[in-house]
Amino acid sequence: MIPALFVLAYLAIVLYIGIFAFRRSSGQSEDFFLAGRSLGPWVFLLSLFGSHMTAFAILGSSGHAFNFGIVTYGLMASSSALVVPLCLLFLGTRLWSVGKRFGLITPVQIFRDRWECGHIGTLIFFLQAALLVPYIIIGVMGGGTTLSVISGGFIPFWLGGLIVALVVMSYVFFGGMRGTAWVNTFQTVLFLSFGAIAVTLISQGMGGFSAVTERLLNNPNTASLLTREKFSLTTFLGYTFNPLSAIAFPHIAIFCLTARKVTQFKRTVIFYPICLLLIWLPCVYLGVAANQATDIPAIEAKIEAKAATGRPVPGDDVMLQLLGRYAPVWVAGLLGAGIMAAVMASDSQILALSTMFTEDIFAFYGGKDRFGEKAQIGTGRLFVVLVTAFAYFTALNAKVAIFDLAVQYAFAGYAAMAPLFVAALCWRGSTKWGALASTLFIAGSTFALYLLPRGYTILGFAPVVPMTLISAALVWGVSLLTPKPSTETINRYFPLSSV
Amino acid sequence: MKIALVVISIAAFYVLHHDWWNWSAARPLAFGFLPVGLWYHALYTVAAAFLMAALVRWCWPSGLERDE
Repeated sequence: MIPALFVLAYLAIVLYIGIFAFRRSSGQSEDFFLAGRSLGPWVFLLSLFGSHMTAFAILGSSGHAFNFGIVTYGLMASSSALVVPLCLLFLGTRLWSVGKRFGLITPVQIFRDRWECGHIGTLIFFLQAALLVPYIIIGVMGGGTTLSVISGGFIPFWLGGLIVALVVMSYVFFGGMRGTAWVNTFQTVLFLSFGAIAVTLISQGMGGFSAVTERLLNNPNTASLLTREKFSLTTFLGYTFNPLSAIAFPHIAIFCLTARKVTQFKRTVIFYPICLLLIWLPCVYLGVAANQATDIPAIEAKIEAKAATGRPVPGDDVMLQLLGRYAPVWVAGLLGAGIMAAVMASDSQILALSTMFTEDIFAFYGGKDRFGEKAQIGTGRLFVVLVTAFAYFTALNAKVAIFDLAVQYAFAGYAAMAPLFVAALCWRGSTKWGALASTLFIAGSTFALYLLPRGYTILGFAPVVPMTLISAALVWGVSLLTPKPSTETINRYFPLSSV
Repeated sequence: MKIALVVISIAAFYVLHHDWWNWSAARPLAFGFLPVGLWYHALYTVAAAFLMAALVRWCWPSGLERDE
C-alpha cells in the first residue's frame, strides 16, 4: 500500500501543476490549445518526448521483451531513434512555420488551407480521431491496472481508473496545453531518472547483471531471447515504417506548433535518441531478465504458460511484478510514480482530440463566429470531460485485448498518413484529390486489417509497409492527374526565398 | 553535393540498422552482461544523436527562422 501512497502523492503534484498553469493562462484560444506558442527549448523537448511515450514505452516494451527478447529494442527504439528525429527536422519545423505564419492550430486546418478544401479536411479529422480513441482508452486502463497492482489490490481497477481519469481530466481542463506540457515535462524527468535506478536495483536483487545474463544463456528455453534468431529480417525491416506515425499523431503534430522558436527543434532533434535510449534499454533488459524471476509466482506462471503453449503471454505487468519483489518499498513507490507518468500520456491525446474537435468541426462550421472565442474554449473543455468520461466507461466494460489490437492497427494507419504531411509541406504539386485518395485508402485498409487474422503479412512484410507505400503512391499519382490549388496558395506555402 | 551527402548518410544509417551479422549471436557480452545485439543497437541510438547533430548543422531550414 505504501507505494500506492507515493503514486497518489505524485497524482496530487501533477494536479497542482495543472491548476498552477491555469493561473498563467490569458483566456485566448491559442493560449489554451497551444500554450500561446511559447514553450522553451527544454520544456519543448521533454514534453514532446513525454507525450510520444505512452504506457507502451515502459509496460509494453518490457512485456514484449519478456516474450520476444532483445529484438524489441531494435524493432521499436533504435528505429525510432533514426526516423522520429528526421520527421521532426524535415516536417515538424515546417508544421511549426506554417502554423505560426497563418495562425493555424491543427493539421487539418493546415491541410484545408494548403489544398483549398473543406469536407476532405473533415474526412481526415474523422480518420485521425477514430485512430486516436483506442490510445486514450488504453491509457485509462493502464492507469487503473497500475494503481491496482501497486496497491496490492487495495485500490480496485475501477477506482484506480477513476482516480487517474479525474486527475488527467482536471489538469487538461484547467491547464490546457500549458498544463499538459508542464506535467509531461515533470513526468519525463521522473521516468528518465528512475530507469537506471530500476535496472540496477532489480538486477542486483536477482544476483547481478552478469549472473542474470549467464543464467539466461545457459537455459535452452531463454538463450534465444538474447539473440534475434527467431525473428525474420523482413519483419525487422517492416517495423522501421512504424515510427513514421509519430508526425501524423495529432498530439505530436499539434505539439510541434507550441515551440516559441523554430530553433528549439534543434535540441529536440539531437537529444531525442538519447531520451529513447534512457527509457527503452532498461525496460527491454528487465523484460528479458524477468524470464529468470521464477521466485515471483505471477511471473513463474507466465513462464510455464509460455513453455507449454509456445505462444506469447500477456506480459505488461512484469515490470510492476519485478519492482514489487526486488525494489525497497520507497523506491518501488517512486518507480511506480514514474511508471504512472508514462501511463498517463493520454493527457496530450485527450487535449489533441479536444483541440481538433473545436477547431476542425466547431470553429470550421461556424461555431466560433456565432458564439465567440470564449464559447470555443468552453467547448474544448466540455469535450475534454466528455472524451475522458467516454474513455473511462468504455475501459470499465471492455477487454484490453480489443483495444490492444486496435492500437496496433492505428499505428499502421498513422504511419500511412505520413505521406500526406510530406505532400502538404514539401511538394508544390500535391492536390486535395491526392489527399482524398490516400485518406480513403488508409481508412479502408485499416478497417480491413482489423478483420484479418493477427500477424497477417503481405510478401513477408507487416501491413504497415504496403499501406505506407500505396498511400504515398496515391498522393503522388492522383495529384499528378488533378488540378492544383491556386498559384497564390502555392506561393504562400513555398515562397521563392524559402528553404 | 551537400544534398547527396545527406541522402547517402541517412541511407547508410538505415542499412546499418539491419545488423544481420549479429542476428544469431549473443556473445560477446558488453560489460559482461549486454548481448551484442542489444549493445549494437544501444550504440546505434547514440550514433543517431550524432547524425542528428550533423544534419542540424548541414541542412537546418534556416529560411524558416524568419517566422520567429
